[in-house]
Amino acid sequence: MTEMRKISVKVNGKAYEAEAEVRMHLADFLRQKLGLTGTHLGCEHGVCGACTILLDGRTARSCLTLAVQVDGHEIMTIEGIADGDTLHPLQEAFRDNHGLQCGFCTPGMLTTLIELLRDNPDPTEEEVRIGISGNLCRCTGYQGIVAAALDAAKRMRALS
Amino acid sequence: MKPPVFSYHDPRSLAEAVSLLGRLENAKVLAGGQSLMPMLNMRYVLPDHVVDLGRVEGLAYIRDDGEAVVVGAMTRQRDIEFSPLVKEKLPLLAEAILSTGHRQTRNRGTIGGSLCHLDPSAEQVTVAAALDATLTIEGPRGRRTMPFAEFPVAFMTPNIEPDELLVEIRLPAWPKGHGYGFVEFARRHGDFAIASAAALLQVDGSGKIARASLTLGGVDTAPLRMTEAEELMVGQVPDEGLFRAAGEICGRIEAMDDALVPASYRRKLAAVMSRRALVLAQGRVERP
Repeated sequence: MTEMRKISVKVNGKAYEAEAEVRMHLADFLRQKLGLTGTHLGCEHGVCGACTILLDGRTARSCLTLAVQVDGHEIMTIEGIADGDTLHPLQEAFRDNHGLQCGFCTPGMLTTLIELLRDNPDPTEEEVRIGISGNLCRCTGYQGIVAAALDAAKRMRALS
Repeated sequence: MKPPVFSYHDPRSLAEAVSLLGRLENAKVLAGGQSLMPMLNMRYVLPDHVVDLGRVEGLAYIRDDGEAVVVGAMTRQRDIEFSPLVKEKLPLLAEAILSTGHRQTRNRGTIGGSLCHLDPSAEQVTVAAALDATLTIEGPRGRRTMPFAEFPVAFMTPNIEPDELLVEIRLPAWPKGHGYGFVEFARRHGDFAIASAAALLQVDGSGKIARASLTLGGVDTAPLRMTEAEELMVGQVPDEGLFRAAGEICGRIEAMDDALVPASYRRKLAAVMSRRALVLAQGRVERP
């Protein structure tokens, strides 16, 4: 028997309520029930990092979290990073440093780096590489991604 | 890659959780979900019921009880990583936790979940063996405690009944100034280790090893305490030759053999990892 639950969750500052099967993971819930397709699904078993979101301010793999578990909690997805049409400095740095190739891993890279740069505003290159070690880029564009992260850290420090 | 159909239960108290586990057939406990969720997505497990501990009050804490650090089973790995108390009293755990998955998984994964999942290459499992942890288990017949050494009964099989829950882990602290070292070999950062070693050394005023703990992870079905190597080192003045001899003992174990990693390679890594962990620990000893 398929068991359903009503899930109330705040995503990118906006309150949502939707019914979902209890077995549905958070990534499918965000994409299929809330229409927030910015969160990508790669491996669906916690290896690739593409589906990374922030749950109560901490990154999590949304394929390894059930939607029912976030009832009453706050989520931030890739859609919540920019301020309207104004890109976040991290997004600008990715554009300027060739941090995207096919773009599939990008949502997970950005959400991961939002937390990393919040907790450590001046990371070393090694810290960035360890920080994104749970995010796979199959274009292997890591050089550009690391350069973008370090450039973004510089831009964000200048703003704060 | 979608979880199978199951009924979901989110108890608010430990008593409610234990009573659910006593009542439900074929139930799985969901702690942080970083192992169970992939197993559900890949349908390696097909439970009829999932009992989520995420909303149970009072299972997440890190406390100092003087001689040990006491950790609630639902404490997230991230909170262990950032705990000043763990850094001060259990530096071995503080070091090992950095190799546990990635930030995104440590934010969700719990120490209790990892110990019950009992992957032999899991860092927290190896550290629990190295520190002689004591586990508190709660069930319908009340609470019981168990030395960690009695917890693994077979590959990824803990000594716990289906209606019981691991609630607390007591990790004894070594004296201030002890040496510690955790090293592992994995193909990529954050991957499961092919072999790991955890070393603890206490040196007395005359410069001899007063106490030693050496544990191998990932090489056998459960962590291996290398008591023969520990006994070899106690009473000796630490040096490269002694650590090499301890490593050679580790290189003679019965190691797991699988399609990717032959036993001979695990044994070779066991010798190298244990020597490196001991050298690292020795370098961190502060003489009294």
